[in-house]
Amino acid sequence: METTIVSFQNVSKRYHLKDAVQGLSFDLPAGKIIGFIGPNGSGKTTTLKLMTGLLRPTSGRVLFQHSRVRRIMAEHMAFLSDTGAVYGFYTVRQMVNYYAGVYREFNLDKAGAMLEFMQLDGGQHVRTLSKGQEGRLKIVLAVSRQAPLIVMDEPLSGLDPLVRQSILTGLISYIDLDAQTVVLSTHEVDEVEPILDMAVLLDHGEVRAMDSTDRIRETMGGSLLEWMKQALV
Amino acid sequence: MAEDFTSSQPIYLQLVERLCKQIVRGDLSPGEKMPSLRDMAIQVGVNPNTVQRVYTELERIAVAETRRGQGTFVTSDESRLLRLREELMVSYVTAFLNDMREMGFTLQEVMRSLKEHQAQGLPNDER
Repeated sequence: METTIVSFQNVSKRYHLKDAVQGLSFDLPAGKIIGFIGPNGSGKTTTLKLMTGLLRPTSGRVLFQHSRVRRIMAEHMAFLSDTGAVYGFYTVRQMVNYYAGVYREFNLDKAGAMLEFMQLDGGQHVRTLSKGQEGRLKIVLAVSRQAPLIVMDEPLSGLDPLVRQSILTGLISYIDLDAQTVVLSTHEVDEVEPILDMAVLLDHGEVRAMDSTDRIRETMGGSLLEWMKQALV
Repeated sequence: MAEDFTSSQPIYLQLVERLCKQIVRGDLSPGEKMPSLRDMAIQVGVNPNTVQRVYTELERIAVAETRRGQGTFVTSDESRLLRLREELMVSYVTAFLNDMREMGFTLQEVMRSLKEHQAQGLPNDER
């Protein structure tokens, strides 16, 4: 039987008078790679922030391993945001050490191996990294944490195809699905589909559909992207 | 990494078929150890859970076997492998004939064309 790691129960988040997400209800199984897909403004980032306790729901409950998500749980989750998270004045090595200091479960050996895999130079200053190198560094920082839940908001956005592939390969190579679950949001649906176990389609702040990627192809005889297009018509 | 997948079939099934072809071709020998879940995942650019499903399916059709703590191996049962070879041929010939029928060719026309090919020898027939 599958264990549930994250559970949304009728969750809504309202900014001022506008609902960013409404009535979200779903359970995410542990040990899977789960993709949140949907058009811009469909509520992907809000959903991921609610999941990691960076936002509090206006109503409803968000559970992580059966208890309510609070900000303090950050040590059980790695959140890779679309923006920020690295400091320009550090070198790559110092940045990794900083993370190792903040997060007790940070795996320095894994980080070292991943830096090499991602062809990053430990002595280089973060502010001099190209966008692609910074994207890869962020993946190293997130995946080197032994957190049971790794959440990545648009880890591929704005990166070139080669960098996107190295990030996906790095993820497959270093993630430990016996102990970790990955949730990511993406626009690169075709590219990410082969590494997903499951997809959740958001639209206008609501869950339009969710299913295992195998079943999506079995039942509709088309790819995830075609599924998404069909569901959004 | 990723070799391409067609959009119409679950990825794990495409991988099952790809591995069966490699076995029939002899790229993977009887009794040979298959790559670990992670190595195979990296090689083909999919999630390790998907490879698990592929190996489970290969076991279900008795083309591979998993030995506890040792990994997954191609079966060394030669008669099973001969049958696999036959099954692949039948499935490809059936699909081919369906395509031909859809385009309006009769079985006689197809046979005539096949015989012409036989007379010329297969394009890559090394024997």
